[in-house]
Amino acid sequence: MDFILHYFERIGLFVLYIINELGSLIIYLWNCILSIFRYSVNFSNLFDQMSFIGIGSFYIVGLTGLFTGMVLSLQSYYAARIVGVTYMIGPTVALAMTRELGPVLTALMITARCGSSMASEIGTMKISEQVDALEVMAVDPFYFLSVPRIIASMIMLPLMSIVTSLIGIFGGYVVYKFFLGLNGTVFVDMIYKYIKLSDIYNGLIKAVFFGIILATISTFKGFEASGGSKGVGRVTTQAVVLSSIYILFADYILTSILF
Amino acid sequence: MIILENVNKSFKNVKVLNNLNISFEDKKITVVIGRSGEGKSVMLKHIVGLLRPDSGRVLFNDIDLNAINKKELNELRKKFGMVFQDGALFDSINIFENVAFPLRQHLKLSEGDIIKKVMSGLNDVGLSGIESKMPAELSGGMRKRVAVARAMILEPETVLFDEPTTGLDPIMSDVINNLIISTQKHFKYTGIIISHDIEGAYKTADTIAMLYEGAIIEKGDAEKFKTSDNPVVRQFVTGSMNGPIVI
Ligand SMILES: Nc1ncnc2c1ncn2[C@@H]1O[C@H](COP(=O)(O)OP(=O)(O)OP(=O)(O)O)[C@@H](O)[C@H]1O
Ligand SMILES: [Mg+2]
Repeated sequence: MDFILHYFERIGLFVLYIINELGSLIIYLWNCILSIFRYSVNFSNLFDQMSFIGIGSFYIVGLTGLFTGMVLSLQSYYAARIVGVTYMIGPTVALAMTRELGPVLTALMITARCGSSMASEIGTMKISEQVDALEVMAVDPFYFLSVPRIIASMIMLPLMSIVTSLIGIFGGYVVYKFFLGLNGTVFVDMIYKYIKLSDIYNGLIKAVFFGIILATISTFKGFEASGGSKGVGRVTTQAVVLSSIYILFADYILTSILF
Repeated sequence: MIILENVNKSFKNVKVLNNLNISFEDKKITVVIGRSGEGKSVMLKHIVGLLRPDSGRVLFNDIDLNAINKKELNELRKKFGMVFQDGALFDSINIFENVAFPLRQHLKLSEGDIIKKVMSGLNDVGLSGIESKMPAELSGGMRKRVAVARAMILEPETVLFDEPTTGLDPIMSDVINNLIISTQKHFKYTGIIISHDIEGAYKTADTIAMLYEGAIIEKGDAEKFKTSDNPVVRQFVTGSMNGPIVI
């Protein structure tokens, strides 16, 4: 009995922790937004971050899209064959990619690649007093370190999500035509027939939110670092875990609102 | 005038500053000495608002640092330069950009003027020709000197030095002490220096203050310290392990 109570207590504490974090995050994001209006955006910082998140993540995001699209095509073939609707494989792949997997997988991959490095970079600056040095030089650390990362992530996530989706659809097409030996024209035609513009831009709206979420959480966690390299490691892990949870949670909320 | 008034500060249960009262005169150099771990760096961080007192006030020209908002605090901070104990150089940009950083953030200078100022700043601390190196490629003492150059580049009204000569060889220590004296004569800043180096303190200071057990136990000019009959001060300036200070 005690064991079970203890278990529920742990769940309760975790929920409280998540809600508490959410509150601090919203205040933090609000402070970042305020600092955009107080100072203007530093474009050279912004472009550095955009190229890090975008160009730097191209391969990993492309590969993710490619294999996901290929697997989707293959998996839906087994089901579609039974009811004789293999012509629906194209739309299935395209819808899954644009509405769901493109944005979500891109966000998770970029969290792992860039979110972690945002948290550890800022965390290292925090523990080596570089953040203090910025403050003493009258440079707002949120403005200087967080804002470019959040804006860059917000801009690049939808773009990278398009890349993921396109490469995914291409991967699906390759499997459809060359491995399954079906008619490639049908694949493309059916996509045009069944996919609506709203499927695409709703996916992109999701990606914008995911970008804000991952960069806000990762930079926020960086500032929480304390106590040496172990502290930096800890906030980096927290940044990735928390970003992923919030992305999946936001995905559900946004899907139920948008579609 | 910078005044710390009845400042108390504890970390967890450890009391670091204990009803600290000290004032720093304008356009003068005050050297604060004290044993390692006494709270000298903590005191310095209160002066720039990086730490807030548990109780008491920090006044800068009669403005209470804890009563003003972030924007006003930032305006004030533009008048400060600070050398952190470990340098706190930005490790992702090179030495040139580190020293140029305050210039780029706060002044609209041409690239040529920035180069001229940074080069002369680095030259003053004996570090010509290392502009393109990264902080990680320098020795501890070199990083300290870059930090000194960076803190003074805007010719601020107040410069805080946290042990500017610790980790430097005796010759370089003298160079830095002389730089502090000559730049102080030149642009007349208020200098607050934390130091363990008694001889250097006698040379640079207008006023010396000693921090002991979270409060100031002696304050005055070099002569007063040399002839102090406070046994704690005597033990510290003579560097003896025998005396009232328990190790
Ligand atoms: N952020 C902090 N968290 C907890 N304790 C701290 C913190 N900063 C300083 N302390 C404690 O406050 C005390 C004074 O530290 P401080 O760095 O001011 O010493 P110091 O006089 O500058 O010593 P040193 O000459 O060795 O630099 C120490 O006992 C230290 O452990
Ligand atoms: Mg110190």
